[in-house]
Amino acid sequence: MAATTETLVGVFAHVDTTVRALEELWAKGYHDVTVYTPVPVHEIEEVLERDRPLSRVRLFTLLGGLTGIVSAFLLTIWTSLVWGLVTGGKYLQLAPEGIVGASLPPFFIIAFELMVLFGGIATVIGMVVLGRLPRFRPSRGFDPRFTNDRFGIAVHCAPERSTSVREILREAGAEDVRA
Amino acid sequence: MSDSHATSPTFADVTRDVARTLAPPGNLYFGWMSVVALILTAGIVAWTGQIWWGMGMAGKRVPQMWAMYITSFVFWIGIGHAGTLISAILYLFRARWRTSIYRAAEAMTIFAVMTAGLFPLIHAGRMWFAYYLLPYPNQRDLWPNFRSPLVWDVFAISTYLSISTVFFIVGLVPDIAALRDVSSGWRRRIYAMLALGWEGADSQWRHYRRAYGLLASLATPLVLSVHSVVSWDFAMALVPGWHSTLFAPFFVDGAIFSGFAMVLILVLPMRHFFGLHTYIQEKHLDAMGKLILVTGLVLTYFYLCEIFTTLYSGDDIDKASLFWKVTKTYAWALWLMYFCNCVSPLILFWKAARTSPVVLYVVSILVLIGMWFERFNIIVPSLGHDFYPYTWGIFYPSPTDTMIVIGSFAWFFLLFLGFIRVMPSLSVVEVKETLPPPMKDKAHGSHH
Repeated sequence: MAATTETLVGVFAHVDTTVRALEELWAKGYHDVTVYTPVPVHEIEEVLERDRPLSRVRLFTLLGGLTGIVSAFLLTIWTSLVWGLVTGGKYLQLAPEGIVGASLPPFFIIAFELMVLFGGIATVIGMVVLGRLPRFRPSRGFDPRFTNDRFGIAVHCAPERSTSVREILREAGAEDVRA
Repeated sequence: MSDSHATSPTFADVTRDVARTLAPPGNLYFGWMSVVALILTAGIVAWTGQIWWGMGMAGKRVPQMWAMYITSFVFWIGIGHAGTLISAILYLFRARWRTSIYRAAEAMTIFAVMTAGLFPLIHAGRMWFAYYLLPYPNQRDLWPNFRSPLVWDVFAISTYLSISTVFFIVGLVPDIAALRDVSSGWRRRIYAMLALGWEGADSQWRHYRRAYGLLASLATPLVLSVHSVVSWDFAMALVPGWHSTLFAPFFVDGAIFSGFAMVLILVLPMRHFFGLHTYIQEKHLDAMGKLILVTGLVLTYFYLCEIFTTLYSGDDIDKASLFWKVTKTYAWALWLMYFCNCVSPLILFWKAARTSPVVLYVVSILVLIGMWFERFNIIVPSLGHDFYPYTWGIFYPSPTDTMIVIGSFAWFFLLFLGFIRVMPSLSVVEVKETLPPPMKDKAHGSHH
């Protein structure tokens, strides 16, 4: 892939010129684009979200949260069964009709806490995995200005189309276009 | 909104101004560091003495086996509530004024919970057995009692510390990337490592934003649950003055009240010494002042409810306990608390007071004093005057426990002072987000 594509980077100082360039690229059929912004920008996200699926981080959160709830109930019920601590004259035990002998509601507190804990950690794992972090070397289109005050569009295209891309970026108002 | 005198800062200004806060500090900073370190050392010496000679050093005796340490534990957990309130709840409500203070508040939360976490260890005496609190497989099949509020507390607080830390780190990643790209030398190398190679690419932001929103949604009920669980440490017991369903909301409100006071205590000097007036404006101080006022009024209402339910209950022991608290040995602490928490915030009804750093600072200090004594008044007099006269007793603090409590403040401030030196104490990304985005075609938006 790296051999057959070229990466052109347009550096923009304004949000509206960046959006204009993106619209133009979309219209011309260039979708293999990476956009760098110092902050998340709504206008840019709107353009990008047209053909990018919603982040799947929430799936991680859901699975993490459910794991937390299940493991909390397993932990609390199982330990109460192996170590029958008598409180109020009762202790938890297995009977033919199910778990009897003491109330389960106190365990909901542990379940809630572990849901939040596992869910939160899974969310971060999701963000790291899906966002391909950590990155050990900068990507081809990155420029240090993009974390400060410039917006960047890196277009990955076939070398023979680079002049047309260059033109689109320039015309939209890029301060600088580099390969 | 009337903007400040100057035109609003640009994105580059924000990066530069935040990077400026990390420039080598002056003597004043090291002076404060030394003072704080000295006090902390005294606290550590006191703790060492307590470990060496035993818990008698802490002045603990029946009936007040919970005294200064548990008071301070609850106090510090309460302080830790403002940070996640600001970063999670106010994030979900899109309160834009939070952006310039939330980083400092989040750091404060983590340090406050770290401080609070010391107290159960100090209180337990042989803190090297602290792992007994956690469920771990062992030969004798001994497990903690999951029906005990103290075990809920272990789970609530460790979850709170973990999630607050995670939230804090996630928020820091893009900011550290911004600092990485404007710094040089060894700093740059460290920031590069900590930024995980963040570039602000659309694929990163997409997952980041989603993850941040989800973390905020998870942290929101967590904030409310943690102090509720702490309150159940008391409310689940039968001690008169503790056994009340009022406790959970009462504690949560008090926590937010004291947490905001601590945020002001940290943010006001930061604003002054770093010259962050462009970012932490009067409207931010005003908003925090309003929150302190509201939570203070709610707290006053809870105090009245507490008295009312006791009087209305017809329970003689409860009434006797209240009468004793209001009029006898510890009455000064109760009335000090009423003054600090109910009367002193009333000045914030005036806008001039809410925007005056000096007034806010004084009120915040009073609120912290009041809130420390609130926990003292819940714990010490209640334990000292329960069902039977032969178990009544008066607690006297000892030099050891007093020094350890003072040392805990030093530990907290040491952590915070260290933090503002090495990490962006103002969120680069979130502050930029609240600025009007740079547009070419519109006359640079002076209105919204």
